[in-house]
Amino acid sequence: MGWDYFGPMSGEFWMGTDYLGRDILSRILMGARFTVGIALAAVTLAVAIGVVLGMIAAVLGGWFDTLLSRLLDAFNGIPSLLFGLVVVAAVGSSIPVLILTLTAIYMPGSFRFARALAVNINTMDFVTVARARGEGTAYLITREIFPNILGPVLADLGLRFVFIVLVLSGLSFLGLGVQPPNADWGALVRENIEGLSLGAPAVVFPSIAIASLTISVNMFIDNLPTRIRDRSD
Amino acid sequence: MLRSKTTWLLIGKRLGIALITLVIVSFAVFFATELLPGDVAEILLGQAATPEAVAGLREAMGLDEPALMRFLGWLGGLLTGDLGTSYVNRMEIAELLSGRLANSLRLAGIVTIICVPVALSLGIVAAMWRGSLLDRAVSMLTISVISVPEFMVATLAVLIFAVWLGWLPALSYGVNVDSLGAMLRAYAMPVITLSFVVSAQMIRMTRAAVIETINTPYVEMALLKGASRKRMVLVHALPNALGPIANAVALSLSYLVGGVIIVETVFNYPGVAKLMVDAVSTRDLPLIQSCAMIFCVSYLSLTTLADMIAILSNPSCAIDDRFLQNLPFSSPAHSPEHGLCLQLDRPYRPCRHAVLGGDRRRRTMACPISAGRDRGLGLFRPDER
Repeated sequence: MGWDYFGPMSGEFWMGTDYLGRDILSRILMGARFTVGIALAAVTLAVAIGVVLGMIAAVLGGWFDTLLSRLLDAFNGIPSLLFGLVVVAAVGSSIPVLILTLTAIYMPGSFRFARALAVNINTMDFVTVARARGEGTAYLITREIFPNILGPVLADLGLRFVFIVLVLSGLSFLGLGVQPPNADWGALVRENIEGLSLGAPAVVFPSIAIASLTISVNMFIDNLPTRIRDRSD
Repeated sequence: MLRSKTTWLLIGKRLGIALITLVIVSFAVFFATELLPGDVAEILLGQAATPEAVAGLREAMGLDEPALMRFLGWLGGLLTGDLGTSYVNRMEIAELLSGRLANSLRLAGIVTIICVPVALSLGIVAAMWRGSLLDRAVSMLTISVISVPEFMVATLAVLIFAVWLGWLPALSYGVNVDSLGAMLRAYAMPVITLSFVVSAQMIRMTRAAVIETINTPYVEMALLKGASRKRMVLVHALPNALGPIANAVALSLSYLVGGVIIVETVFNYPGVAKLMVDAVSTRDLPLIQSCAMIFCVSYLSLTTLADMIAILSNPSCAIDDRFLQNLPFSSPAHSPEHGLCLQLDRPYRPCRHAVLGGDRRRRTMACPISAGRDRGLGLFRPDER
């Protein structure tokens, strides 16, 4: 039995073993639950809140729009990793805190994006016609604007997912993300960083896992047909 | 160059927004760390503390005052350079920070000096020979670096330069080095990592800025007149791309802020970011607040600078006031999307940033046009809206 720490790749442990002699492949498979799960939850929340607020701001306009835009722009002025550091310092790290923090970091950007799209649609003739018909705000948002911004919003969701994976891994790498004994891919790199000077596969494979996820999502979004990805103006 | 009132108005507005943002950010940083569950005094004294001791410490630390008053006091302290004392080792924060800040700034400075020339030349060359093997290789490399976390670039750098090649030490041991060789070795890894992260952003943005300029009608026209590709880029496109490029440089330097946090931790580099990460693990709140504000201020100044460069370099803003009065519009920012070309007698899109002149009375303006095969200087009447 190979109980060695930082073991090499073998028939028994396909990706080697970690600093406690655990199988890296199973650690990575378990880590996917945290990396992908937390990032998906955070990106869904961030985009949902951002898009709803963005559409409301675009349709209502006026002081509501100005106030919300200014306030959320200010939050955009905080570097994302720093925001995570400050919150974790204050309330400690747990999975709900991580999800909410990442949501708070990426919601303003989503708001900005959705608002810009919605403002464009809002001036179009079919929206003016709907408004002249006497349709209410809720109808305008759900029936006229939302279907027309859905494509770009989904593409934006993909990109934001990548950013969230990066920040989450960064936080975990600093030891402030997912706490042991659980580990996401960033935490796996942190745990095994000592093995770096030995050239251990334990530190290489979690990195490859992160890179393959983020690069493939990026490429997928990059190669979407223009009519889905771009602003429909 | 004489600038129009509009330009200064835009600049003033941008500065105002930056100031308001800074106030909101400091508010957020203060309350995120102050309004935590549990009391700082209790945390400091531990579980065995008597209620009297906790109350005494709270009074001594001013924690019994309302939160808003403490925020104003803290903000006032920040502005006058009084950053308070650390909870953990009772040292003046300003004292703790000064040396660390110099280290971080030195690291950032070296990275900037290396990155700017390398990234600019690569970005411009890639844009010049767009679609070539070099362009595709550079694009592939930059998108890979951007898509992976900073610590992975650092890990890879250690793996290649320290483990496989054995050229450099894996960790940077202190900054007090005597010889040039020792200094180079100490700085090499952090600088290499940060340079990769920052220049990847810079190359992409520079390339995009130059390509956007190349795609304008007047550069196309230069190409049609028979100018070489080199002349087209260097003489025609580059002078107009300088603004967007400067904007790209300032904007990509703001990626230093995030990168430096990871890099200083990985390589044990004694800068502000390392200080902050250590402060997070000891929950030294005043120190965290000060470090966070340093990062926010540098980030905000870089993004504001980028925006101001963009405003100043926009040619449609660079027209002086006398010129502006003759234009058919109140503000150059409102140049229209569609109109009628008087010579061609059909609709076309004007080049947005290249209004050369105008006549208020006749409601016409002159600008380069590009309508199908017809290119040249055209008189243009915008659609009434």
